[in-house]
This record gives sequence, structure tokens and C-alpha cells, in this order.
Amino acid sequence: MAAQEMTGAEIVIKALIDQGVDTIFGYPGGAVLPIYDALFQQNQIRHILVRHEQGAVHAAEGYARSTGKPGVVLVTSGPGATNAVTGLTDALMDSIPIVCLTGQVPTHLIGTDAFQECDTVGITRPCTKHNWLVNSAKELTRVMHEAFYVATNGRPGPVVIDIPKDVQFQKAEYVGPQNVVHKTYRPRIKGDIEQIKKAVDLIAHAKRPLFYTGGGIINSGPLASQLLRDFVKLTGYPITSTLMGLGAYAASDPQWLGMTGMHGTFEANNAMHDCDVMINLGARFDDRVTGRVDAFSPESKKIHVDIDASSINKIIHVDVGIIGDAAHVLEDMIRVWKAKVYKPDKDALAGWWKQIDAWRGRKSLSFRQTGDVIKPQHAIQRLYELTKDRDTYITTEVGQHQMWAAQHYHFEKPNHWMTSGGLGTMGYGLPAAVGVQIAHPDALVIDIAGEASIQMCMQEISTAVQFMLPVKIFILNNEYMGMVRQWQQLLHGGRYSHSYSESLPDFVKLAEAYGAVGLRAEKAGELDDKIKEMINVKSPVIFDCRVDQLENCFPMIPSGAAHNEMILADDAEAATVTEEGKMLV
Amino acid sequence: MGANGRKPFPASLNPNTETRMSTETSIERHTIAVLVDNEAGVLARVIGLFSGRGYNIESLTVAEVDSAGHTSRITIVTRGTPMVIEQIKAQLERLVPVHKVVDLSSDAPGIEREMAMVKVAGVGEKRVEALRLSDAFRARVIDTTHTSFVFEVTGAPDKIDAFVGLMRPLGLVDVSRTGVVAIARGPEAM
Repeated sequence: MAAQEMTGAEIVIKALIDQGVDTIFGYPGGAVLPIYDALFQQNQIRHILVRHEQGAVHAAEGYARSTGKPGVVLVTSGPGATNAVTGLTDALMDSIPIVCLTGQVPTHLIGTDAFQECDTVGITRPCTKHNWLVNSAKELTRVMHEAFYVATNGRPGPVVIDIPKDVQFQKAEYVGPQNVVHKTYRPRIKGDIEQIKKAVDLIAHAKRPLFYTGGGIINSGPLASQLLRDFVKLTGYPITSTLMGLGAYAASDPQWLGMTGMHGTFEANNAMHDCDVMINLGARFDDRVTGRVDAFSPESKKIHVDIDASSINKIIHVDVGIIGDAAHVLEDMIRVWKAKVYKPDKDALAGWWKQIDAWRGRKSLSFRQTGDVIKPQHAIQRLYELTKDRDTYITTEVGQHQMWAAQHYHFEKPNHWMTSGGLGTMGYGLPAAVGVQIAHPDALVIDIAGEASIQMCMQEISTAVQFMLPVKIFILNNEYMGMVRQWQQLLHGGRYSHSYSESLPDFVKLAEAYGAVGLRAEKAGELDDKIKEMINVKSPVIFDCRVDQLENCFPMIPSGAAHNEMILADDAEAATVTEEGKMLV
Repeated sequence: MGANGRKPFPASLNPNTETRMSTETSIERHTIAVLVDNEAGVLARVIGLFSGRGYNIESLTVAEVDSAGHTSRITIVTRGTPMVIEQIKAQLERLVPVHKVVDLSSDAPGIEREMAMVKVAGVGEKRVEALRLSDAFRARVIDTTHTSFVFEVTGAPDKIDAFVGLMRPLGLVDVSRTGVVAIARGPEAM
């Protein structure tokens, strides 16, 4: 391909197109005007104007997580870049591929405290997988293509390309992506076959096995989910997943135990504690999952498959560590299982399932919906029942509503559940829903929210209205930062310090003010009709669902406790938290 | 440099194995060589990794080693439990501009050297004694006035420590140390 000379801004656009980008999320400003000018003069890339740069990154995350493609963000220098930091950190923690382009002051002004200057690469270094400051247009084409390669290969993550304004005007040659090979970055994709054989042998001889899967399956792609289902069926073993991994395995399947972790099910957490072989595929032993590490699954041999070598033996010592992509490793595992004609230990497995069924009998997610007051769990359950037969995508904010959504909304397919797991970013859900709806215009996209979280990126409803994105914001309104209140009740003597949502807006009027539709449900009896109305409205909706104010989210592994020391809803009164536990988050 | 001694993880990670517990808690000193692309910000990435994750840096040196290939070599001396040392290496390896990470305390046994310039001021007996001791350490005088010497001394870090310690009562006024550089024994490249 003959090299073409073009401006830096044109190189940016051309590289995006060559990388298969059709949508970017952004907000203009002085230092990115040349790129916005180039954007104006083409029609292959659609630009979604957000209302705040944090929203741009979360929208790109929603887009990325629901499509498997990288999300692209374009923001200006200084405040544009610093506003993006929360989103970048969120994407880093949850391994979401994001390419974020930031404008920078012209090279000759860098370091002079110029207007809207900040050290973007310095600020974003710890919250990106990698970042670049492009000093001349000559480097731009290489950096653009490298950025997509780095963001999407290995463990995915956000990258930042900081482009000074003069570089956007400079002319240089453009080269296509096929001509750019990264100098150093070669993530390992195929797992070590000897380790895989060792793992499969352990799996085959297990008496009380358990699959524990995470976001790595989703990130690997739909094939990994399919192979996971095949392998789980082949073995007949139980499976649980982290918050980030929901949907990789069908929730309706009898081998599914529900989510594990702090608000996981009784059966999943007890199985984690009592299993003798734990098969961790693409999860990272996060503290929300492990609880007290020295009491974590004390009797199990642990297998850990992760594309990131640094995840292995980081928190929990494992017996077999396999570095590789989940789909590749699962494919090899199935091949080895079949080649060696392994058969699970039927008797042991029957006993294990009997035990699991006994735990299931505890019905740890049960709640009582009586009277007019809507229980938040009931609201999610009704939302699930009324939307499960549609192509529905769920995003969430962070807090009690998020955990209730994870517990009571059941996912059959990967890429349909978007939540902020690692960073726990209130304000994630609405912009993420915007990104999902952009990618799936005909789908039903619902942000399950809390009345506190939603106010953190509320402004993005305006984006939804502008682009006619019929996202549904389903607010479980208990007038409290519910998870904060719950911890204050359990750990701080019921002193509800600043966790009451004072001076709430009238969400129905707020929706109307934005040009969206507002709905409200206050009684259990009207819930179904209102949800149906919400689904049928072809514009953005804010649904103010008034729920029981003091409902707590159970089951719960209290801080500093082990998996078999869960608090269940019916014995929550007796719950105690150790002094050491109070120190934890 | 951020040598903050936060204990990154609880030491007892598997209560089943007594032996593992005892090795997990033992703090080891490791010298790690890191070959990196000599691009802007690469040192900040490495240092940020250590400070951000609470690892110790006892010494860190860096210089370009191949100007044609634009590679630099960073030598880091750190301390931690075996699990933390493994984690440090894995974290270094996943930095995008890192070519290679070699643990010169375990993967490939290495030799270490450090160089120091030591300024000693004084006259009379003390001045004579400083010069005499410098000879025992094979230190070279690289600058002198009637009232001072600058010694250049090379060796393992503890040899430098010893030399500096001996100079202290003899009029030590200034020390500049390079930090440790290290290389693997034998014919292989890193």
C-alpha cells in the first residue's frame, strides 16, 4: 500500500476507520478541535456527544462489553482528560478494552502550565494498561494501531493516546494497521499443555469439584462461553461465577449455583468453601469473592486459568496455574478429557450434589413480599419475569440494587450484563446503558439504578434523548445510599451518617424536563403494569420505583469472615462483625 | 525513593501446610534485571508500579544499554516474601514496554557491583588514616585538595557500606552511590 500524506487529525480518523471503529463517544474542546474538524468532514464514524467525559468512557465500556469490540473515546485536554480518569480506572479494573484519545496543548506549551494543560500521561499511567504522548505526527499512525493492539490483546484494558494540538495539524505519512507490529507486547494465548493435562487429571479425580468462573470468559468471547458450557456438561460438575462473569453460563441450567462472593448464594459460597478441586477460569480471587483469605476454601486443590500471569498466585496460592486465553485453554481441556476418556467419580459426585441440594434448600435469596410496600428484590424479580423473553441488556449502578440485580435477574447469555465490578463506580450504569443501546438499537436496555447512584451521571439522560436511545432507568428508590446504610446498621451501631438521600428530585418531573418519560410505582399492585408501560415506551424512561427503605441485601459474608460464615436474611439479627472485620472495606 | 514497607498480603495463605507458611513469611532480598524499551515514561511506570502496589525498592539503577535498539536496563533490588517477589516479576513482565525480566537472585545467579564516590575532609592523622584505609578497599583517589579527598570505590553494596562506615569518623562529608548493577554469571545474555 502506497503511503499517503495527511494531517495528524486525518491520520486519527483514518486509523479509527481501518481499525473497524464505527462509533466514538466524546466531548469537544480546544485541544481536539482539529480532530473534531476531521470528524465533521467524513461520514464513516458516528460521534456520540456525551454530557461529561466520565460518561463517555462508561458509554464506551458498555459498548465494548456488549459487543466484544473496543470502545473509543475522544476528549479534550486538561479537564477533559481528568474527567475521564474514573472511567479509565473502571475499565482497567474490569479489563474492558478502551482506546481513549485525549487532546493536549501544543508541544511547545507542554510543561508551561498552559490553559487546560495537565500531565495526562502522568495522571493516567496508573489507570491505563498503557499510554502514549505523541510528539510528532510521524509517530501517530504507529501509536494508533499499537493502541488498538494493546487494548484488545492479552488481558484487555484501557489505553490513552495523548495528542498535542500541533501534532493534529502536522502532516505525515499514514500506514495501514497490517504494517504495524508491536515491539515487545506478546501476550500468551495458548496454555502450557503439560499444566493443562495436570489440571484435567485433578478435575477428573475430584470428589467435590466446583467451577468458579469470571469476567475472563466474557472477555475471551462467545466461544469461551460455549466451551465452558460444553466442559461443564461433560463433567456434570457444579458451577458458580463472580459478578463479572454472570451470563457466561446459563442461569437456568441445573448445574448453576448462582453467584459467589460477598452477596453470593448460600450454595455457591458453601461449595467454594467445601470443594476439593476448584477450577478457576478467568476470575481473579478478588476480595469480594474470597472473604478472609486464610480461611478461603481450605481443603481444595486450586486450578487457575488466567491470561494475566500476575493474577496467578497474587492473592491465593494455587496448585496448577495456567497462563492463557480461556477459550484456548478450555478447548485443550476438553480435548485432553476426551482423549484420556476420563469419567467423573459418579458416587462422589452424587454425594456432592446431595450436599449442594441441601444448601439450596436453605433458599438464601428468599424474601417475603407482603402488603403494598415493594420489596426491592420483588421489583427485580418482576422486571426479570417481564423482560426475560426479550433481547434485554442490563446495566447497573453500584450498591444494593446492583447486588439485588445480580441475585434476582438471571442471565442466559454472555455480554448482556454490564456492571462496575472492580472499581464499584456509582454513575456507571446510565452512560453504560447509552453505550449498549448505541450498539444494539433494537434491544431493551435497562439500567437498574439506585436513587443515589443515578444522580452521579444523571446528565447522560440528555445524551439518550438527543440520540433517541430508549434506555430505561429503573431506580430502586429507597431514599438511602442503601449499601452504606446497611453497613452502618451492621457495623456502626445504626448511626446513619450522611447516608440519607436528602432533597431528592422528583424523578418523574426530572424525566419530563429532559424530554424523557417519567413513571412511578409506589405499590406492589401497580408494579407489573408500570413495568409493562416502561417497556412499551419508545423513548428514554426514568422509572421511580419506591421500595422498602430499610431492606438489607442478604445473604452477606461479613467483612473478615469466611464463606461458611454467611449471614442469611432470617438470622441477620444475630450477625456480628469482628473488630478486624470493621477495618476492611 | 518510595521504600515504604507495607506488608502487601497476609503471610499465612494456606493454613494446611506448615512448611509453606514458614517460607511465605520469610523476607528475601532479590536483584531483578529488567530490559525495557527506552521510551518516555518507562522509568515512571516501573517506579509507579512499586509505589502503587507497596513494594520495596532498596536500590534502582537505569541506563541505556543499546542505543541502536533503544533498550535500557533497569536493575532493581527489592525485598519481599517469595510470593511477593513472584508478583513483582509478573507485574513487571506485564508492563507493555518491558522486553524481559530476569531474577538474578534465583533464575540466573548473578554478580552485583555498586560504585560510590566518597568525599572525606580533614587534615593530619585522620587524612593519613583515610588514605591508608582507602588502599585496603582498593579505592582510588579521583580528586584531592589539601584538605579533602574524593574516593572512588567499587564493590558489593556491603563493601561500600563498610568503607563509608570507616570514613565517618575520619571526616566523611558526602557520599554519592550508583545503586546496584548486576549481571548473570556465565556466557548467556539475559
